[in-house]
Amino acid sequence: MRHTPLHDEHEPLGGTMVEFGGWRMPVQYGPILEEVRCVRERVGLFDLSHMGRLRLTGPDAVAFVDRVATCYCARIPLGSIRYGLLCRPTGNPIDDILVYRGEDEVFLVVNAGNADADREWLRSHSEGFDVTLEDQTDELAMIALQGPLSEESLARVTTDLELPELGYYKFARGTVCGCPNVRVSRTGYTGEDGFEVYLPAEHAVGAWRALLEAGQASGMAPIGLGARDTLRLEAGMPLYGHEIDAEHNPIEAGLKFGVSFHEEKGDWIGRAALEKLHTAPTRALVGLTTAGKRVPRQGYALLDGDENVGTICSGAVSPTVGKHIATAYLPLHLAVTGQVVDMDLRGKRQACTVVDLPFYSRKRS
Amino acid sequence: MRPDDRHYLPSHEWVKSDGDTVVFGITDFAVEELSHGNEDDLVYCDLPEPGRKLAQGETFGEIESVKAVADLNSPLPGEVVEVNKTIEDHLQVLARDPWDKGWLIRVKPDDTSTSHLLDAEGYEASLGKADG
Repeated sequence: MRHTPLHDEHEPLGGTMVEFGGWRMPVQYGPILEEVRCVRERVGLFDLSHMGRLRLTGPDAVAFVDRVATCYCARIPLGSIRYGLLCRPTGNPIDDILVYRGEDEVFLVVNAGNADADREWLRSHSEGFDVTLEDQTDELAMIALQGPLSEESLARVTTDLELPELGYYKFARGTVCGCPNVRVSRTGYTGEDGFEVYLPAEHAVGAWRALLEAGQASGMAPIGLGARDTLRLEAGMPLYGHEIDAEHNPIEAGLKFGVSFHEEKGDWIGRAALEKLHTAPTRALVGLTTAGKRVPRQGYALLDGDENVGTICSGAVSPTVGKHIATAYLPLHLAVTGQVVDMDLRGKRQACTVVDLPFYSRKRS
Repeated sequence: MRPDDRHYLPSHEWVKSDGDTVVFGITDFAVEELSHGNEDDLVYCDLPEPGRKLAQGETFGEIESVKAVADLNSPLPGEVVEVNKTIEDHLQVLARDPWDKGWLIRVKPDDTSTSHLLDAEGYEASLGKADG
């Protein structure tokens, strides 16, 4: 199992460590539901150094990304970030990614568990493009601050960068915890305001400790992957292996915003299949809530009468919504707000109601 | 050391004799694994109806926390005669006292042979192995 540069920090903070995507990561430091509330109400600190970080350079970097990714890279303003996916010719994804468009580079953040496959996929489709792929996963640590008090917390240790001026899904460089020229983006996977910071691995421990100290006055706590999963589900964000995978395409997952059919983007891998799906989807990803006690879990069957109509993709106890929540694919005629389906629990049933996604969206000031 | 007045399954259930019936429960280790020391993390416990016949090793229920579901397995064969109704609505009772007040079900055993079960020492040893 791989260790992040912050691995040894987690257990002294009370972290329970688990395997995730090939890495040994903290699943929680305290009660998961309290960690969720901490991020919704204050600010949480996350070690995300397991995420894959790939840097593409060379004259064809942008054109290459436009060939392999669903988003329109050439149209991303410099200093901005877009969500996209790497798809197979079938339109089903290998991974979902964030694309950072820099002046002389394109920087990709990918899922830990898919990083090897992503790198292999990119390499195998790079013929004819003048592009260099550099894996920065090991040399960079990735730390996120998420929650309404992220900005004030990060500002205490940041110079050379005006955080209030850094817009949502934008990035810039600044000095963070004394470390110069650090990439900082206003991004996250929680539905809250927040930042992701990419530092050289050798500065990771010092920065992590300095951030925890700087965040004290704001009620900051370290947050594990358990709460992160609940936070992203409440915010209606997909997780590879749950809402999207080799059998679930981005169109039916409601991710059209990350897919460009713009003519000038040209042909890209998966385009034809996704265009077809876009005009004739057969199912849709929906949100479900249930008032029952049982928590929906991935793989549970959904029944409409006696007919098996779908499967739970993700489920969680949601302290923010105050109910258990889940996502699932349903055929279009059932993917309607207010529709009730039953979750099958070894023969027992519990009613679930289709609701609009996301379950939670923050009030923007 | 765990109580030595009962026997254990490696899957963390215990069984204790009580007159002509036996009582099943789960260990503090199981509770800790599910709740990480936070009793509110336990959300649901599904127990069988009285009258149900259980084979040895059969799954008789499930216990659920915020992030996981665990099967409850029968250490001995028999018929369910009583269910601890308190814990269905008050899982804190199980979290706080898994050895006594947090018992799960009472069973009239078909067979009281415990040769397939672990004693307290054997159970502790099995935990050591799992940790390593």
